[in-house]
Amino acid sequence: MNPIIEVKNISKKYNITHQQGGYVALRDVLTNVAKRPFAFLKHKAKQAVGKAGKEEFWALKDINFTVEKGEAIGIIGANGAGKSTLLKILTGITPPTTGEIRMQGSVASLLEVGTGFHPELTGRENIFLNGAILGMAKKEISDKFNDIVKFSGVEKFIDTPVKRYSSGMYVRLAFSVAAHMEPDILLVDEVLAVGDAEFQKKCLGKMDEVTKQAGRTILFVSHNMSAVQRLCPKTILLEKGKIKKFGKTEEVIEVYLHTTRSNAIVEYKKPQNTDKVAFIQKIKILNKEKVPSTQIPINENLFIEIEYQINKDIENALLSVVFNFEGNMLLVSSPSDTNGELINFNAGNYITTVEIPKFLFNVGHLTCDISITKQKPCIEFLDRKQDVSFEILNVKNPRANIFGGKNFGKISSILNYETKIL
Amino acid sequence: MNLTIIKPKKTFSWNDLKEIWQYKELLYFFTWRDIKVRYKQTVIGVLWAIFQPFMTMVVFSVFFGKFAQMPSDGIPYPIFVYTGLLLWQFFSSALSETSNCLISNQAIITKVYFPRLILPISSVATKLVDFAIASVILVGLMAYYNYLPNLAGLLIIPLLLLITFMASVGLGLFLASINVKYRDVRYALPFFIQMLLFVTPVIYPASIAGKYSWILAINPMTGVIKAARSAILGGAPINWELLAISGVTCFVLLVFGIIYFKKTERYFADIV
Repeated sequence: MNPIIEVKNISKKYNITHQQGGYVALRDVLTNVAKRPFAFLKHKAKQAVGKAGKEEFWALKDINFTVEKGEAIGIIGANGAGKSTLLKILTGITPPTTGEIRMQGSVASLLEVGTGFHPELTGRENIFLNGAILGMAKKEISDKFNDIVKFSGVEKFIDTPVKRYSSGMYVRLAFSVAAHMEPDILLVDEVLAVGDAEFQKKCLGKMDEVTKQAGRTILFVSHNMSAVQRLCPKTILLEKGKIKKFGKTEEVIEVYLHTTRSNAIVEYKKPQNTDKVAFIQKIKILNKEKVPSTQIPINENLFIEIEYQINKDIENALLSVVFNFEGNMLLVSSPSDTNGELINFNAGNYITTVEIPKFLFNVGHLTCDISITKQKPCIEFLDRKQDVSFEILNVKNPRANIFGGKNFGKISSILNYETKIL
Repeated sequence: MNLTIIKPKKTFSWNDLKEIWQYKELLYFFTWRDIKVRYKQTVIGVLWAIFQPFMTMVVFSVFFGKFAQMPSDGIPYPIFVYTGLLLWQFFSSALSETSNCLISNQAIITKVYFPRLILPISSVATKLVDFAIASVILVGLMAYYNYLPNLAGLLIIPLLLLITFMASVGLGLFLASINVKYRDVRYALPFFIQMLLFVTPVIYPASIAGKYSWILAINPMTGVIKAARSAILGGAPINWELLAISGVTCFVLLVFGIIYFKKTERYFADIV
């Protein structure tokens, strides 16, 4: 049997137009025109016919893959890797520059929940409008109308204009319409990022049902590794417009997580003409293999490496690392914790690495503040860098099985239990 | 099972027209939405569709009909000007709506695929509804002036609407495509439409221009409005030759509009 989706040599080129001199004030434009009218006209004419300062940019380059019927394929990659472009080409919103895609069966796309929702229309009217935009026939919508309303849980407000809805209700209604589409192929972008956790779970459950029971084919773009892992047995990793790896989800996520990410290294420029006694130059977030990465699976250790400069001998200093979770201070840590003694630094360059054990923090985004302070005679910040962030991922998390993928609490330490039969 | 093939876009193929037919329900829903939404949260609601042309007619009748003693080919001036205004407002509002349809629906264009041609067509359909509502006033005016219309002449109205439709969609498609890239259209268009009103025989009869009336004939709306007056209000016989020229011009305009629209369509989602 033929594959249901066949993607052959798909490439997409964008032209980036460079505007002359960036943003300019009207006054500057006018003086410029007055000074050199012909150069200005020439430039404008070139711009009009589309020849001025263009640069080509290949958002996708030679993408090839096939999908069999009933498969759910995840698409992951860093921002700007081409995920959304690929999806837009698959949906037909924008045509490819080269290549061909063959898809068998009806195709529906969900790039956003509530596309075309009109604030002035009521919930009932929007269900019909949105359904039609998503490609459902009028009869199909009428048949499923009751299910849609029931799934959304906004029965009471179905004849109220949606502009009076809370954002949660709005999203629920919108997703509910989308969830009742019955295409052969469903293309989904990062739509589950909206809504509360409870609703996200419901959506994931619905999508699970769609693939596993109804045998739909799904392409699912997401940043949410645990969602990809849950829904899709196979995954495509895109990097700079090319397929880096296509295979079993676990292996692909592994590759993705261990790729160097630029924001895992934060470098600071020293301001000129300062007499800073201490200066933090570089902070790196490293995974267990000491490769820079900001996304760390919960069951792996990570390292924070701090490079700093001490310009003058300091006595009684403290290097401290503060971890924040959802805006709350979660842990204050320093090398001095071991013996309770402050450090005396001699001038020079230093590098300090701290290892954070696995299962210390629970799944989520953490930020850390790193500071060097002089503690005596009074507390004085010598240098302080804030908001270096990393993410603990819900992959290979043994407890995710117990609580249905949920994460309770802020710390995640696994404690020793001893059970005896009496 | 239907097969979807995605390839680099060609300019135009007959499949495009077939596709519009497949999406006719969406076309219906877009039109339905625009009509529903338009007069929401207004006190007099749909009466606005009548109020606007009616007040324009009153003002024109007072200033041009009464004070300026504008000739009107022997027809009561209010009826004369209103017949012209009806078609003119259909044309001008459809044109400006079409030109903006891609911009005002950009959230949908960048998220869902459907044949983009649906949008301009639905904008015009919306205006057709306004036209129908505003026509009620014309009936009222005729009753008031005891003016018996030429009932056989009413048969020509669908043809006139078709020509107006082609003119506004054809021109609108050009402007809509340009508008995606250059927002200048938004500023130029209201001004352009205002100018155009004066070179169209709405306020005055085409005969006023005397031997220069051929200049007016370049404007396709001239033929339409003249024919409407001849057919419904009687007076001079319909100038079929002029109407045919208008029809052909508008058809050519429409074809070029569609071709240009299709040619530029592929980058709408990227740059809108």
